[in-house]
Amino acid sequence: MNPRKKFKAVVIGTSAGGFHALQVILGALPNDFEFPIIIVQHRMASSNALPELLNHTTQLRVKEAEDKEPLVAGTVYVAPADYHLLVEKDGRLQLSEDERENFSRPSIDVLFESAADAFGDKLIGVLLTGASRDGAKGLGKIKAYQGCTIVQDPRTAEFKVMPQSAIAELRVDHILPLEEISNFLKEGLAHA
Amino acid sequence: MNSEIHIVPTPEHESIEIELFASAVYSKYGYDFRDYAQASFKRRLLKACIKMNCKDTSDLLQRTIGDPNFFASLLNQLTVNVTESFRDPLVYKKLREEVLPYFKSYPEIKIWCAGCATGQEAYSLAILLMEENLYDRALIYGTDINPSQLKRARDGILSLDTVKEATKNYYAAGGKLDFSQYYTAKYNAAILNPRLKKNIIFADHNLVTDQGFGEMQLILCRNVLIYFNRPLQEKVLGLFKGSLGARGFLCLGSKESLTFSEHRPDFEDFSKSERIYRRRT
Repeated sequence: MNPRKKFKAVVIGTSAGGFHALQVILGALPNDFEFPIIIVQHRMASSNALPELLNHTTQLRVKEAEDKEPLVAGTVYVAPADYHLLVEKDGRLQLSEDERENFSRPSIDVLFESAADAFGDKLIGVLLTGASRDGAKGLGKIKAYQGCTIVQDPRTAEFKVMPQSAIAELRVDHILPLEEISNFLKEGLAHA
Repeated sequence: MNSEIHIVPTPEHESIEIELFASAVYSKYGYDFRDYAQASFKRRLLKACIKMNCKDTSDLLQRTIGDPNFFASLLNQLTVNVTESFRDPLVYKKLREEVLPYFKSYPEIKIWCAGCATGQEAYSLAILLMEENLYDRALIYGTDINPSQLKRARDGILSLDTVKEATKNYYAAGGKLDFSQYYTAKYNAAILNPRLKKNIIFADHNLVTDQGFGEMQLILCRNVLIYFNRPLQEKVLGLFKGSLGARGFLCLGSKESLTFSEHRPDFEDFSKSERIYRRRT
């Protein structure tokens, strides 16, 4: 069996510098990419344009995540500004207005931890550039449930704190330069 | 020395513990969290453990079952308490300009704010209705499951630091009067004008276990349904449908919709951007 087949979803977390990094990764993925991608990017509470902006940079369909929305392969779901985004046990998305975590809403830990609960070892977690420590704990949980963890090589990150905190917190499976992440998601998982 | 068995948590273990907790709370206190969206409910439980100095969910469960006072304070952590006056002002602007005109010919206007928390939404509606000369004929039901929230709603007191935001929202929602006429500042509080309370009834009501109300012209339930799982969402949307009078309006939260609901065909979009729906019949 192709080991790629075991996976069910990709979650990506990023903060400062993330728009560029997301453009690079999503821009290089084909429109028949076989997993749904769920993204938390920290930003201002009033900033609603991100899904639309990303849509112009990729062949994948990018949309704002809706409550109880089922996941579809090849679609990119972006957490709305000022809401947490979670994954329910049945694999559907959930929104919440609970308090900020790591000073953030949406918070990367909230997405990663709930997705790890929902998908167990069938989850791929990717943590990119950022000036916050959000995401390290969530990535640790993905790792603990034996999912696949990827961190952007801090040397290629506009802001290094986020990838560095994850690397300090857990034994990350793959530390990759920004330009190589999409390629790995396309092909490298077979050897993961 | 204690010999502890080290158990590695798995998603299944935790999920069983959450279900156990919800069942126990339901048996003991009648509050039904069993069909809350598990992802967010679990986070709240784990946070409550930390805030209330419990070492894990089993410890939390024992103290909850053993002590009703403990449960009362836990309830504040498990329920949604986010609310503000004229929250999402464009929704109120739309209600004022496009929904309330339908009510001008009605002898009686009944409105239900479901999950009203501390009541700001109900008071905001009272202001809207008053300014459109409809309040004398109106009745607003504000309901919530949390008694301490309802008490605060009945008191009608805002903390002074929220008044600035409320005033800003009021004008963004199309308000044209002096907002300060609606409250009296006292120490650190803004006491809402008692005439706003005149036609509001704050009542204990559980969307999960109680029946609906009859013949509402407008139901607002904003940012409550996101905390329910799908079957419960469907049940509650059915309850709203049954509680609306002919061609009644339903207003959901700005990120909520009927898109994934089986009740979708029974409603038409009234305002897509403000998430206002209208019953087709």
